[in-house]
Amino acid sequence: MISISNASKWYGDFQVLNDCTTHVSKGEVVVVCGPSGSGKSTLIKCVNGLESIDKGKIMVDGDVVNDKKTNLNILRSKIGMVFQSFELFPHMSALDNVILGQIKVLKRSEDEARARAHDLMAQVGLSEHAGKYPAQLSGGQQQRVAIARGLAMDPIALLFDEPTSALDPEMINDVLDVMVNLAQDGMTMMVVTHEMGFAQKVAHRVVFMDEGCIVEDAPTDQFFQAQGSERAQQFLSKILTH
Amino acid sequence: MGDFDYSVIFNNIPFLVDGLKVTFLLTILAVIGGMVLGTILALIRIAQIPIASWLAAAYVNFFRSLPLILVIFWLYFLVPLFLGRPVGSFYSVLIAFVLFEAAYYSEIIRAGISSVRSGQIAAGRAIGLTYPQTMRYIVLPQAFRSMVPVLLTQAIVLFQDTSLVYVVGLKDFLVSAELIANRDQRLVEMFVFVAIVYFVFCFAGSLYARHLQKKLAT
Ligand SMILES: Nc1ncnc2c1ncn2[C@@H]1O[C@H](COP(=O)(O)OP(=O)(O)O)[C@@H](O)[C@H]1O
Ligand SMILES: [Mg+2]
Repeated sequence: MISISNASKWYGDFQVLNDCTTHVSKGEVVVVCGPSGSGKSTLIKCVNGLESIDKGKIMVDGDVVNDKKTNLNILRSKIGMVFQSFELFPHMSALDNVILGQIKVLKRSEDEARARAHDLMAQVGLSEHAGKYPAQLSGGQQQRVAIARGLAMDPIALLFDEPTSALDPEMINDVLDVMVNLAQDGMTMMVVTHEMGFAQKVAHRVVFMDEGCIVEDAPTDQFFQAQGSERAQQFLSKILTH
Repeated sequence: MGDFDYSVIFNNIPFLVDGLKVTFLLTILAVIGGMVLGTILALIRIAQIPIASWLAAAYVNFFRSLPLILVIFWLYFLVPLFLGRPVGSFYSVLIAFVLFEAAYYSEIIRAGISSVRSGQIAAGRAIGLTYPQTMRYIVLPQAFRSMVPVLLTQAIVLFQDTSLVYVVGLKDFLVSAELIANRDQRLVEMFVFVAIVYFVFCFAGSLYARHLQKKLAT
């Protein structure tokens, strides 16, 4: 579904991605973790072409992302993305956030889009809040609307960039519950997160990044059974003691 | 003081109202035209299209370096030359204001666009919106909302600046009042009245702009 082969990227002289290779198969959940600044966000943004790579190849559903001939708008509409800072559109109601792409990108009728949006708001447990504006919602609620916005495009895969890092602790589980349900329903997911409980529960594989390199890419059990690299173990011991 | 005769105002209300209509019409059309052209210029500059962005920047800097009165004069002589027929002072003046104001509006709108978080563009693109769609549905609505007070303030300045059309003899509010003042030899009365009218509209406008500013801040 998603395959990243020898991807490298530079910001000026600074190499942010260094020969990264990994993949996410259909129905698979892959968690990406690693210290801050290691290139996780950049890697995930390269998957839907929000950032471009300088070397290597990224393929999504048979299309080469870093090929000029690929229509990135169509490709992006097939991959949902959830951001750390939610990025709901503040001038629209929660429901309209979920409707917009359906009408403008998928060309669905107003009625169809609205019905689908209501279903999705129910799925993320926010039916009563559909008419509210993002500023009237808590962070956890905003993030669930953002997930609904991504799901509205009927994506073949979802990308998450630290979806719970900006949330108060008591709201993290509401968002993780939605994500766990998606994973268990067979959604293909690439999730940058430090929520190791989530990883242990639903991830098939865990990728560990450091300084732009993919240092480890292992099945979840193996990753947590302390067989991996020293760097990954240090990182794990740090975040797991919290 | 006993010599003042303010009946000159009341006796000429229809004529003065006609002048005021010209002033308002000119202001409104120039604001609309200036904002449309200004938005296009701002979008071209922000999109960083090789030659076009440079031209848009050159346009903005060019018009911002000229006195408005000069632009009014030029267009008054140039537009008929360009079109090969007379167009009337209203249209030449309107074109002058639109071209001139667009340079200022473009800078205001560019600042408004830059104030929208970059994550918003990423979020728009991520659901598959094209760049123009992202601008149209995500960025511009947020930018305009934050810019309304500044745009209104600019419109008030423009409302005052329309009085410069006296140089080409267009009968706006000021010129109408001046005609009557000279004809009836009531200069003081008329110009006091004109000042009050300009003041009332502009002051009410700026109070409203300040109110909007406060509302936005909360
Ligand atoms: N637009 C950019 N220009 C220059 N450097 C950047 C840019 N975006 C990210 N970086 C740098 O690239 C590195 C990796 O960033 P990022 O992918 O956000 O890491 P992570 O998500 O793992 O914290 C960081 O050192 C960051 O400062
Ligand atoms: Mg990051």
